Amino acid sequence: MSLLRVEGLTVALPSGGDRPHAVEDISFSVEAGEILCVVGESGSGKSITANAVMRLLPKGLPVRAGAISFEGTDLLALAPEAMRRLRGQRMAMIFQEPMTALNPLMRVGDQIAEVLRVHGSGADAARRVPELLAAVNLPDPAAIARSHPFRLSGGQRQRVMIAMALALEPALLIADEPTTALDVTTQMQILRLIREIQSRRGMGVLFITHDFGVVAEIADRVAVMQHGRIVEQGLAAEVLNRPQHPYTRALIAAVPHGAAPDRADITAAPVLELRQVEKTYRRGGLFGARAVVRAVHDADFSLRRGETLGLVGESGSGKSTLARCVVKLVEPERGTIAYHGTDLRPLSRAAWKPYRRRIQMVFQDPYASLNPRRTVGETIAEGPVTHGVPRAKALDRARDLLRLVQLDPGAMDRYPHEFSGGQRQRIGIARALAMEPELLIADEPVSALDVSVQAQVLDLLADIRARLGLTMLFITHDLRVAAQICDRVAVMQRGAIVEQGRTAEVFAAPQHPYTRQLLDSIPGRGWTPPAL
Amino acid sequence: MKDFWRRYRRNKGAVLGLVILLLVMLMAATAPLLFPGSPWDMAGAPFSPPGEMGMLLGTDSLGRDVAAGIAHGARISLLVGAVSTLAALLVGVTLGAIAGYLGGIADDVVMRFTEFFQTIPSFVLAILLVAIFTPSIGSVVFAIAVVSWPPVARVVRAEFLSLRGREFVQAAEVLGKSRLAIVVTDILPNALSPIVVLSSLMVASAILLESALSFLGLGDPNLMTWGFLIGSGRSVIRLAWWMSVFPGVAIFLTVLALNLVGEGLSDALNPRLARQRGAGA
Repeated sequence: MSLLRVEGLTVALPSGGDRPHAVEDISFSVEAGEILCVVGESGSGKSITANAVMRLLPKGLPVRAGAISFEGTDLLALAPEAMRRLRGQRMAMIFQEPMTALNPLMRVGDQIAEVLRVHGSGADAARRVPELLAAVNLPDPAAIARSHPFRLSGGQRQRVMIAMALALEPALLIADEPTTALDVTTQMQILRLIREIQSRRGMGVLFITHDFGVVAEIADRVAVMQHGRIVEQGLAAEVLNRPQHPYTRALIAAVPHGAAPDRADITAAPVLELRQVEKTYRRGGLFGARAVVRAVHDADFSLRRGETLGLVGESGSGKSTLARCVVKLVEPERGTIAYHGTDLRPLSRAAWKPYRRRIQMVFQDPYASLNPRRTVGETIAEGPVTHGVPRAKALDRARDLLRLVQLDPGAMDRYPHEFSGGQRQRIGIARALAMEPELLIADEPVSALDVSVQAQVLDLLADIRARLGLTMLFITHDLRVAAQICDRVAVMQRGAIVEQGRTAEVFAAPQHPYTRQLLDSIPGRGWTPPAL
Repeated sequence: MKDFWRRYRRNKGAVLGLVILLLVMLMAATAPLLFPGSPWDMAGAPFSPPGEMGMLLGTDSLGRDVAAGIAHGARISLLVGAVSTLAALLVGVTLGAIAGYLGGIADDVVMRFTEFFQTIPSFVLAILLVAIFTPSIGSVVFAIAVVSWPPVARVVRAEFLSLRGREFVQAAEVLGKSRLAIVVTDILPNALSPIVVLSSLMVASAILLESALSFLGLGDPNLMTWGFLIGSGRSVIRLAWWMSVFPGVAIFLTVLALNLVGEGLSDALNPRLARQRGAGA
């Protein structure tokens, strides 16, 4: 008997959606002691599947057909009270967003104790809570138990969530993208933790993710979902190395392969040189201690014509701040930002204007970076118009640019909300290219996109760079992406560049311990995607 | 636009409010046709109750037609409401935009200035201003505008603060657009919904303020207003209730209508919020 068996499950979507069913006729099983990864892009129905098993679906999404049996019990027929007893005790769930999953007003220890109390074993909470916190490798469990969630980092909170989920030693753990919101090094620690606890206790784990690297890291078996259906499932090694279904093949082909291309050294003249740039944020004022954050310091680099430099680092490492210093969105206190030898830092707003044509930027969030009240054509044309190009000419050029970024010129008169994330990012790229820049700064341009769209946008950027001879500063937290697109990489940690060099060299022989740690944390490092 | 109207229509109260408001406007526009001549002229015997002697809503203590007073008063109320709101919006949006967009010291200066106005009870300040500048329609509009711009400035500042950090504004910055162009073409259009909603409520409170000033005898002495009608009728309210009640009903309906319209606009401009509220109810 399987631990969890889902058969022919169909969940309806409210009418007027893009498809009639959120998930349709899906069947899978999870055995005790194995990890099943459900993988798919956003909107594929993988979270709906997880929530259906926990019976956490909102009213608007009724189960239309199928059966879910857990240890032989039909979950769909269970009374709410019996279901409640199962949740937490026999099956537990961890969620994606650790920052909001804990009650901010309650001490961490009390929240874990609550789980025990609800299921009638609150008596030994005092003994069990520190044990559980220790089991998820949190340092000083007694102190952590007394803290409120805001004192903990994202990774620590996710550990607390896992401790809560494990409190009653459930037979089944459902993890819905538990590491997506975390930095890569923290992600690796959490993945190892889940794997370790799972093998120690013989739990079954249903692990939802969009990342094939994570799948390679943790899965025993894989189910691939597309448009609410499972298109392929099998052993992890099978699916990862010999995918059968065209969709799986496309997804795996889109995974950044992480292999650094061996490019010739670029010896052209430097376009951009940063020397001793410093940016410090001070918070607090008249009363209380002033908090000082050194966002950027010791971050010298130079960028030669035609070169792509990757700035990589985890969140808070200062890589975005550094990029924003270059375009004066952030004003550093000190240092020189030399563009073809001219220091841009002290320039006034007006004196900066000519350089705006030469230095452009692509932003991270395709949903926030376009003005929702302007048509796509106006958005792309407004840069040149600002710099004195006649309107008609700028609009003509916008049409050409839409073709260049592989969008239909008919998109000119439509508004951003009519486009998908990937299409919007293309519009953002077209807007930057409309100025015919020499230097393009790309701030995490693909991190908000699904993996297949990500691959398309990366290809587009590589193509444009080659065609227009752009120099590029590419900011990313994803080392696999950096490896694929950058000639050189600079690794940032706590506001400083700790290592820089040719991509292939840094990846093959990292010098700094932090670089080594980052590289070791790339999920699925042992797996090389097959050539498809 | 069609979509906007469809969402607006979903709120039944808002449709009712719009109908009442249109009727009040119609009444104001046709007042000279319905009641030719000055509303100050004697039209019948004093103290005629409603319905008698051909007076629909009765006459006041000097024999003036109450219905004519209400119709002509609607013109003044709507005019004062609209003009003072426009003036308050002009000041409030400008100051709020400066504070929210520039931040730093400019923000501090503008906000302390705003708070200075907010700490004085607005009605007392309005009375003071009208008393200083002698009652006239101009001074009433000025006083109402002066006391009603601070909330606009605060709302606009908050919107600008949150929009200023958005990536599309940063993108406009990187394109080299001027500050004014960014404020006018990028930020303001996206901050418009709360301003529109707020202004419909401001018209309502301006009408109330004007009525209160007239009630105290601080209205323009040459113009018939609702507040004046109530004020002149209050001493004989036990004898002739109609003198105060009908203008009161007119104020009540107009203010209610404007509030309903404001809520409808808010629902239509923030469809997501409205849906949540609908689902919650």
